[in-house]
Amino acid sequence: MVKISVKNLNIWFDSTQALKDVSLDIYANEILSIIGPANSGKTTFLRTLNRLNELERQFRMEGAVDYDGVDIHSLDTQILRKKTGMVFALPLPLPLSIFDNVAYGSRMHGIKDKKILLEIVEKALKEAYLWDEVKDRLSTSAFKLSGGQQQRLCIARTLAVGPEVILFDEPCSGLDPISTAKVEQAMILLKETYTIVLVTNNVKQAARVGTRTAFFLSGEMVEIDKTERIFTAPADDRTNDYIEGKFG
Amino acid sequence: MRNSQRSQKIAFSLLFSATLLIVVPVGLIIVLIIQKGIPAIDWQFLTDIPRKGMREGGIFPAIVGTLYLVAGAIVFSLPIGLLAAIYLSEYAKDNALNRIIKLAIVNLAGVPSVVYGLFGLAMFVVFFKFGASILSGSLTLGIMILPIIITASREALESVPYSFREVSLSLGASKWQTIRHIVLPNAIPGILTGTILGIGRAAGETAPILFTVAAFYLPKLPKSIFDQAMALPYHLYVISTQVPNVDEKIRYGTALVLLVLVLFMNLIAIVIRYQFRKRKKW
Amino acid sequence: MRKFKEFIIEKLILLCGLASIFFVALIFLFLLKEGIALFKYVGIGEFLFGKKWYPISEPPQLGILPLILGSIMVTLGAAVISIPIGIACAVYIAEVAPSKFKEALKAGIELLAAIPSVVLGFIGMVTLVPWIKQVFNIPTGLTALSGSIMLAFMAMPTIVSIAEDAFYSVPKTYKEGALALGATHWQTIYKVLIPASSSGILAAVMLGIGRVIGETMAVMMITGNAAVIPKTLMQPVRTLTATIAAEMGEAVVGSEHYFALFAVGIVLFVISFFINVVADLFLHQKKV
Repeated sequence: MVKISVKNLNIWFDSTQALKDVSLDIYANEILSIIGPANSGKTTFLRTLNRLNELERQFRMEGAVDYDGVDIHSLDTQILRKKTGMVFALPLPLPLSIFDNVAYGSRMHGIKDKKILLEIVEKALKEAYLWDEVKDRLSTSAFKLSGGQQQRLCIARTLAVGPEVILFDEPCSGLDPISTAKVEQAMILLKETYTIVLVTNNVKQAARVGTRTAFFLSGEMVEIDKTERIFTAPADDRTNDYIEGKFG
Repeated sequence: MRNSQRSQKIAFSLLFSATLLIVVPVGLIIVLIIQKGIPAIDWQFLTDIPRKGMREGGIFPAIVGTLYLVAGAIVFSLPIGLLAAIYLSEYAKDNALNRIIKLAIVNLAGVPSVVYGLFGLAMFVVFFKFGASILSGSLTLGIMILPIIITASREALESVPYSFREVSLSLGASKWQTIRHIVLPNAIPGILTGTILGIGRAAGETAPILFTVAAFYLPKLPKSIFDQAMALPYHLYVISTQVPNVDEKIRYGTALVLLVLVLFMNLIAIVIRYQFRKRKKW
Repeated sequence: MRKFKEFIIEKLILLCGLASIFFVALIFLFLLKEGIALFKYVGIGEFLFGKKWYPISEPPQLGILPLILGSIMVTLGAAVISIPIGIACAVYIAEVAPSKFKEALKAGIELLAAIPSVVLGFIGMVTLVPWIKQVFNIPTGLTALSGSIMLAFMAMPTIVSIAEDAFYSVPKTYKEGALALGATHWQTIYKVLIPASSSGILAAVMLGIGRVIGETMAVMMITGNAAVIPKTLMQPVRTLTATIAAEMGEAVVGSEHYFALFAVGIVLFVISFFINVVADLFLHQKKV
């Protein structure tokens, strides 16, 4: 089942073109990894899906992005963003307590009941494998957590809103290997319930968790296929060169 | 080489003397006012009305008048200034209108204080028929400190990391919710600092209140916002230049009270700024 | 419902965003409204270049040339004193002072900016004025010179802080490049740093002058307020600002005198507008 369908997407910031004619489908309950060197347009692509790019002043876009068959521009931005949660490259806790971080989205969507909020927070923290580590100090500042914990807190915060799709933007770039493993483990389990788009510059990570993998280069999508296939028999030489580390 | 070293030495000592030329008098002025003003300060001076043609008694009505004026100015200009700052930091696009607004703020800050007085007289006292009153004076001072509040609040808002806004929006919060729950709470120390500096400025200004509110001699407290009032800076002007044979002690005492009020505001602002920097979480 | 509330709030924000423009326009309009009536009685040329300011004689003579010259004289005097000292101080704070000392100096300058002008006027009256009288052995110390010194002092915070910002905005690489070539610190300052920040320094000077022209209370208290065309710095003068402050209290609303004081206000507004716009241009040039 196609969850998000992108057709002929072109994006410019000012006069620089960041994405060139990208078309791809994202299926429900898959992990789609997007790999590619810096400035290949991966993050721009991701931020198109929840319309976060549009905050930039010089942003211009052509083409269509459909969510469940509906053009995202005909959806209410807040509802779209509620359905497509995002986890950023660096752990970005808000300057609030652990509890308030996780409850933030739900509160903004009008949930005020303390008991319901507590349930939501507990469920989200459990899903992100953080509950046991923080359950006794929910009211302390989120900045007191370690980097890996902070990133899992951010995942929990995203889950608490009740998204259908989760957009990960290089979520492990600031983390050590152990924290990375924990985040990846969480991702694989989340796939059961959510659709995941993972932008990463860590090729091995894509190989470990991706159902399918897309390779981006200079704003173009070079190819997209099942992860095993991309890593064993890519159709394009450039993909092969990148995966083997000949450039990056 | 040795020559250039020597000229550097000379140049730096000249620069240092220039700096002393500014800073030392500041210190001397403050020491002088404190030294000569303290003997005048007692309970009666602070709580009594002026007596015997302002040559004796206290300055209580002037203190109260200044507090009323400052409170009025803040009530008027804080909401407008804060919202204006939010507009500039969160909504304004990089276009001509934005340039014009910024230029208007710069100009508002540059208008001579006595011109504010004229404006207040023409608009509030005469046109709106508020008369010389606390209302007219507060509104005039309020407009005068608007640029201070806008500029400081804007800086405070802009210093909140952009990523916080992105996170909040990505969770489906609306733009206003993001401002209200994330940006504003984290900008409060800066906004407070600006507000307090505005208060200090409003408390010390004389020219804008000359024709809009200030009473030469009014030995009672104002009862409503439509009453005239005495004010500390104007009172100091009056007893320094308009009333002969006022004991020097009273003049210095009045100057000291005004100075302490204004510097105290600045001190609070500095403390808040310092505390904030120390506790900054990002 | 929430959408509606937010719609209202966002409109309110826009409205307040425009408030500054509105107030500047309002100030100008009200000055114009009250000031323009003067020109029914007096020609613009006669007003600006008339040599006699006798507002309460019959008929009143409303020439502001003595006031303009008074303002110019005091301002020039203040500029001559404050520009070199102010810039030197900015250089010292930005480049030479050890970092702990730097904070103390900056605090001292901020302190100066915070002292109300009426307090400085009072201090000038009791210290500077008698001193001038004694040193120069003149009949009164209430002179243009006293005003110039006091105003120079009051312009310092503006000049120092803006010039200092200008120095900080010079890219570090410029300085490092010059130092690497073997220039002394001082050579680097006057050959690289000062030229590179010249537009910022110019803006600092202009805004300092703007502050001086607009200053009212201190000037009124120590310049003697004689509305005659000044010949030397050693005589009393009367500035545009002091004229308004001193006379508006007595002027009858709707009289020629009242209109004339508003016309003086227009002159001041136009001068400050011009200064601020030009200074702003200089400050923006820097960023390109």
